[in-house]
Amino acid sequence: MTMRRLINLKRVEARRIYLTYGVVILAYIICQTMSSTKMLSSSMRGMLVPICAYMVMAVSLNLVVGISGELSLGHAGFMSVGAFSGVASAILMQSVIPFEPVRLALAMIIAAVFAAIAGFLIGIPVLRLKGDYLAIVTLAFGEIIKSILNNFYMGVDSGGVHFSMLTDTTRLLKGGRLIIRGPMGISGIQKISTFPAGFILVMISLMVVFNLVNSRSGRAFMAIRDDRIAAESIGLDITKYKMMAFVTSAALAGAAGALFAMNYSTIVANKFDFNTSILILVFVVLGGQGNMLGGIIAAAVLTILPEKLRQFSDYRMLLYAIILIVMMLATNNAEIKYFLSRLNPFKRREEAE
Amino acid sequence: MKKILICTALVLAMTSCAFGAAFKIGGTGPLTGGAAIYGNAAKNGAEIAVEEINAMGGDVQFELRYEDDTHDAEKAVNAYNALKDWGMQVSLGSVTSKPCEATAAENFADRIFALTPSASSAAVTEGKDNVFQMCFVDPNQGSASAQYIADKKFAKKVAVIWKNDDVYSKGIRDTFVEKAPELGLEVVSETTFADGNDNDFSVQLTDAQNKGAELVFLPMYYQPASLILAQAQAMGYAPKWFGVDGMDGILTMEGFEKSLAEGVMLLTPFNADASDEKTKSFVAKYQAKHGEIPNQFAADGYDCVYAYKEALELAKATPDMSAEDICTKMIEQFTTMTFNGVTGENVKWAANGEVTKDPKGMVIKDGAYVGLD
Repeated sequence: MTMRRLINLKRVEARRIYLTYGVVILAYIICQTMSSTKMLSSSMRGMLVPICAYMVMAVSLNLVVGISGELSLGHAGFMSVGAFSGVASAILMQSVIPFEPVRLALAMIIAAVFAAIAGFLIGIPVLRLKGDYLAIVTLAFGEIIKSILNNFYMGVDSGGVHFSMLTDTTRLLKGGRLIIRGPMGISGIQKISTFPAGFILVMISLMVVFNLVNSRSGRAFMAIRDDRIAAESIGLDITKYKMMAFVTSAALAGAAGALFAMNYSTIVANKFDFNTSILILVFVVLGGQGNMLGGIIAAAVLTILPEKLRQFSDYRMLLYAIILIVMMLATNNAEIKYFLSRLNPFKRREEAE
Repeated sequence: MKKILICTALVLAMTSCAFGAAFKIGGTGPLTGGAAIYGNAAKNGAEIAVEEINAMGGDVQFELRYEDDTHDAEKAVNAYNALKDWGMQVSLGSVTSKPCEATAAENFADRIFALTPSASSAAVTEGKDNVFQMCFVDPNQGSASAQYIADKKFAKKVAVIWKNDDVYSKGIRDTFVEKAPELGLEVVSETTFADGNDNDFSVQLTDAQNKGAELVFLPMYYQPASLILAQAQAMGYAPKWFGVDGMDGILTMEGFEKSLAEGVMLLTPFNADASDEKTKSFVAKYQAKHGEIPNQFAADGYDCVYAYKEALELAKATPDMSAEDICTKMIEQFTTMTFNGVTGENVKWAANGEVTKDPKGMVIKDGAYVGLD
């Protein structure tokens, strides 16, 4: 099905998709070889998994912002839902499933499900709005999720799993473990995220998004984005398609959150605040709305950049901001774009076609 | 251009000199952002210690590098990895608790010894044999406070007001309440508050007053404590007040009437007014260099470097040893040695990385901290 769909695509579109897969696979092979032959610095090696998580975040947000054309400012909220549900389920499964990759995969699936549910619930009120209103409401929901997780307690003991809100009233029996500890988040996480797992997640999210975009539903997304009234007039169910994009995006973000959280031994809800949402939006905007490869590259570059600027100590974030501004200007400059397209053999042929 | 060239040449020359035979000591902390006050204090304290030690020119010389982690676990691990690439041999962990939990896990996996100046949560050292703390672990402050109150015979009947949605407050209260009866202290009133209802303490104070508490123990940060003091004065209740290190800072709080804190006692490991030579010289140097009185974080950072110096000397470690070899030696030394620093005399470490030292009692007199002893 997938293959047939890809064959039926316009050559330009197919080329773009294969180029994206190709670049990701090539980057993975290079990094993996360098990492196993110790050519990669620890600093870079430590960033491989978070970069993969951010790439998935960029791809998933691109589905909402670039493809279905809704500005969402609360994407980190879904990441945190995924992070907390994924880590909590991984801890609960620790004794049942000792094999780490399987546990990681299951945790990511559970994380995706929880984030999808959150996406669906939030989608009901949010998707009735459009434009700036929608953006502001998603921002608010991102903060609400953060606030809820900051006041959420979950513990496990021989009597089962206990929950409480606001204060810890779980009253665990001896030998029990308080897993989610409100503002203290989760501690003592086993680090089971790996770079190959991250790579697989990036590939899966790309496949999901590309397949969705190049399907009937994907064309409906774009039709709604380009002209809502025209789309409605030919009988497209706007809410349904918007919800489809929103929930898919939330699910992928949830899986990315689980991957991200299990790369560190501790996680707090405050990590996934408004700033993180904006950071992901910056990946998407810098990479080009609707351009998956661009978003992926932007995620990698903008994660590595502040680390490479460490030598400038106090001026680090200032330089980062300046470089970001220059990059934004450059990627939007027609002349530079033309110059770059001359260097790209595919693009040149594209123009000729 | 020429200037830049000369500068780089100079910097290169300096680093290559220091590179000769110095231990590379690295730490992460929030040097920018909301928690920067803590990170910079610890860094400044450690810097002063390194300068002193290098100036003395003994066998153990240090090269210190601090990296910014913006009080974020992800950035802390990145910063830690950058330090690892630099060739860090012993680590100062991270300054704040949550980031330190993340870097401590890395320290444990990489077998690089860590001694954190100020990350006080118990999870930092839990299950890691090579991560040690210079500051008290949160729960220890509770038992130390009970001990101090009992030893000094401040009161028999005690009230506790604590914040039940805060791990710091809860940890201290739990051990205090557990330890108090053993020492003949009677906890007559125990009341709580939480985020959101931390403006009115009349219920808690009335309860303490009615039950005849002579001393009120306040295991919390200084913001709610300042309100408690003001409201108690308004209702004419004047017990003895006893706080922990979170109370440090109440005098510099904006809009706080200093006379309210008159007579408040608090237990903190560091007292900038202490009259011993070590503290005096440290405070003077810090003030000359940074223009402010060093706080507890700075003192912890300073002590960490000196503790390392002593341990490395005792272990006869040399800078050409690998981090892993040094780690093994450090675990051996830190679990056996006794250290005297500005944050305490007879400092000892347990095998789980927790520190035991005599906390210093302080009392607020005429708007300044004065040592109780």
